[in-house]
Amino acid sequence: MILLTRKAEFSSAHYYWNDAWSPEENLRVFGKCANRNGHGHNYTLEVTVTGVVDPTSGFVVDLKELKDVLEREVVGVYDHRHLNLEVPEFRSTIPTTENITIAIWRRLEGKIPHAKLHRVRVYEVPDLFADYYGE
Amino acid sequence: MKVHLSRRYHFSASHRLHTEAYDSAKNQAVFGKCNNPHGHGHNYTVQVTLSGQVDPATGMVCNLAELDAFAQTNLIDRFDHTNLNRLDCFANKVSTTENLSIEIYRIFQGFTGAHLERIHIEETSNNSFDYAGEATSAPGTI
Repeated sequence: MILLTRKAEFSSAHYYWNDAWSPEENLRVFGKCANRNGHGHNYTLEVTVTGVVDPTSGFVVDLKELKDVLEREVVGVYDHRHLNLEVPEFRSTIPTTENITIAIWRRLEGKIPHAKLHRVRVYEVPDLFADYYGE
Repeated sequence: MKVHLSRRYHFSASHRLHTEAYDSAKNQAVFGKCNNPHGHGHNYTVQVTLSGQVDPATGMVCNLAELDAFAQTNLIDRFDHTNLNRLDCFANKVSTTENLSIEIYRIFQGFTGAHLERIHIEETSNNSFDYAGEATSAPGTI
């Protein structure tokens, strides 16, 4: 079995806020991430797929096709956007790194030709990242 | 929905690989330049991987501020700018990064905010070590 990983980057704004809580509770739990003016990150996305190596092409997946899917489904939607305000799945879900990995999995699942999605990894900063395996 | 969250921490420490079980010639033969009596040091990176269900109220596996506070008290304050060989945990153990990984795994088992999956330590950019408890599997298979 071969695992193939493609990276992509997007830069987005977000904030953490739970409408069910008071402002004081939001500030206590989320700290500076609760600033309603937002802040932003350069995110790095790593998408790992698995599949059978095609005996003719030697590919698990055509990298150009994978790149196009990432661009269409994720980067084109998230890059230079405010996640809370402009991306539908984060109107009702807090755009934490954990939830971003799950959201990206849902955007990509079943859309990568000839390969199976294995892992979505999102780096918010180089020292913090989340992995989702579809579990 | 189970998510793995990984956080990287950094500390700098000195150490010397040496055991009283060997004579000085054997220490030198086994540990080479790491046996230098005056010690040497590294910038260590510790990558802590936790897992758990995402809390629908917070969107988090665990509160990062609590994890960082735990790491500051139990990892950074304890190991940064120290001589590892002088610490209690290495009184009877060689301060290899293998043993350091096991010790730091034990420390983070005390963090109750999420399930500890793995400790990954980079001693240099070329050497890294993983410990996931007794059932440690190969990196990349989790």
